Amino acid sequence: MTLSIGEGEFVSLLGPSGCGKSTALRIIAGLGDATTGRVEWPTMGHDAEGKVEREIGFVFQEPTLMPWASVFKNVWLPLRLAGISKSAARARVMEALEMVGLSAFADSYPRELSGGMKMRVSIARALVTRPRVLLMDEPFAALDEITRQKLNDDLLRLWAQFGWTVVFVTHSVFESVYLSTRIVVMAPRPGRVIDEILVDAPSPRGLAFRTSPEYSEMTRRASQSLHSALGANDHL
Amino acid sequence: MTDIPESASEPALAAERNAERGGVSHERLLRVVIPLVMLAALIGLWAWYVKAYNVPKYILPGPDLVAQSLVNDWGVLGPALMVTLSITFQALAIALVGGVLIAILFASSRWVEVALSPYMVILQVTPIIAIAPLILIYTSTTQQALLICAWIVAFFPVLSNTTQGLKSTDHNLLNLFELYGASRWQTLFLLKLPSALPYFLAGLRIAGGLALIAAVVAEFAAGSAGAGSGLAFRLLESQYRLNIPRLFAALILLCVTGVAIFGATSLVSHLLLRRWHESAIRREN
Repeated sequence: MTLSIGEGEFVSLLGPSGCGKSTALRIIAGLGDATTGRVEWPTMGHDAEGKVEREIGFVFQEPTLMPWASVFKNVWLPLRLAGISKSAARARVMEALEMVGLSAFADSYPRELSGGMKMRVSIARALVTRPRVLLMDEPFAALDEITRQKLNDDLLRLWAQFGWTVVFVTHSVFESVYLSTRIVVMAPRPGRVIDEILVDAPSPRGLAFRTSPEYSEMTRRASQSLHSALGANDHL
Repeated sequence: MTDIPESASEPALAAERNAERGGVSHERLLRVVIPLVMLAALIGLWAWYVKAYNVPKYILPGPDLVAQSLVNDWGVLGPALMVTLSITFQALAIALVGGVLIAILFASSRWVEVALSPYMVILQVTPIIAIAPLILIYTSTTQQALLICAWIVAFFPVLSNTTQGLKSTDHNLLNLFELYGASRWQTLFLLKLPSALPYFLAGLRIAGGLALIAAVVAEFAAGSAGAGSGLAFRLLESQYRLNIPRLFAALILLCVTGVAIFGATSLVSHLLLRRWHESAIRREN
């Protein structure tokens, strides 16, 4: 696949299971090597060896929290690994928790939180390094519809505020249309990009957009495109 | 009937809550009282049987004689208990350190594991009582031999559980650590060891009991005598002299020690896991 992503874009990778959208995201993140091809970061700094200094945050499908550590320590982790002490990191950790509305839960343990709250902690952990690029791998797939909607709105609000570049993997047509400025539709066997859809609805988006004719038109268009991604012989 | 004022139902709710709390403390009391009553009943039955059937004390002494022996022979049994305890805990300590270190080695290199694990298994499955005579020949003091025997037995559960724990680290968390450029040591100390902790603690609980058993079994094989003897030797000696009350007293000391070790390791495990691990969380439904 070939894909260029501009700064400040919110790009969704939409496709059926097995089309390689998560793999693409992992390669962008630098987890595992691509068989061929490369990822270029024209606007990011390079270190002495010419390697890219990736300023990225990654949110996994599951919250992926350390169950033995408090919320604070979980969010502190990326900074801790970079050698920043607890006291030096405190302000930034609390700021990240503030962004996702969980400042009151810093001392709680993950098991004491609901599924949506765990996901918020996971997002706070991705934000604590103040990344320029946020990579999200079906982060809300396991959540119920109401929580998911709330987190979608929160994500859009934070995106408008901080202007990161977001790459968001999803298999939900509705979610992709609601969130992104551009939808990249992928097809399996072999994994490839088959369509790109620009969603030029203005931000902030909310209930009005979700119920508008443009929104249903966009979802219809994306669904059709996704449908053509599935060959007649595909059994899901 | 849905429009009952809320204030009316509140006292009822509070009363219900109180009853519930009363139920909980009642249950807690029973949990202590029932085992104690059971124990007293068993001792009573024992005392009654010995008296009613006139059982000679060299076959089965009554509980009073055993208690008497426990007090009068404390000069012999006390030091023996200390010897057994010291061997057990030394062996356990070395087994913990060694088991965890080798588990880390196994988890970091598959080839080391492939090369060494068969020998670990052989060491574990060969009955310790069969190796004890050899170890007695190779070591200069009996104490060393006992220590080695207890260590061999206690070592394996720690090793195999910790290895399993280190390998069961959440893959997503491993990815996360890689993503943020964690070093090998950071990954080990901040991720792999904490996530292996529940496995390690399960191994510890098994190893604690096994270390005591092995310390006793090895001493039977050694059959040493003199000032440095542990409880197992005192057991054998009492048997030879038909001093059955003392034999029972020594047996009771061993039992109590075993239960205490199990209790202590369970407590350690509970304290370390109670805030986060599934095993320590009371289910709500």
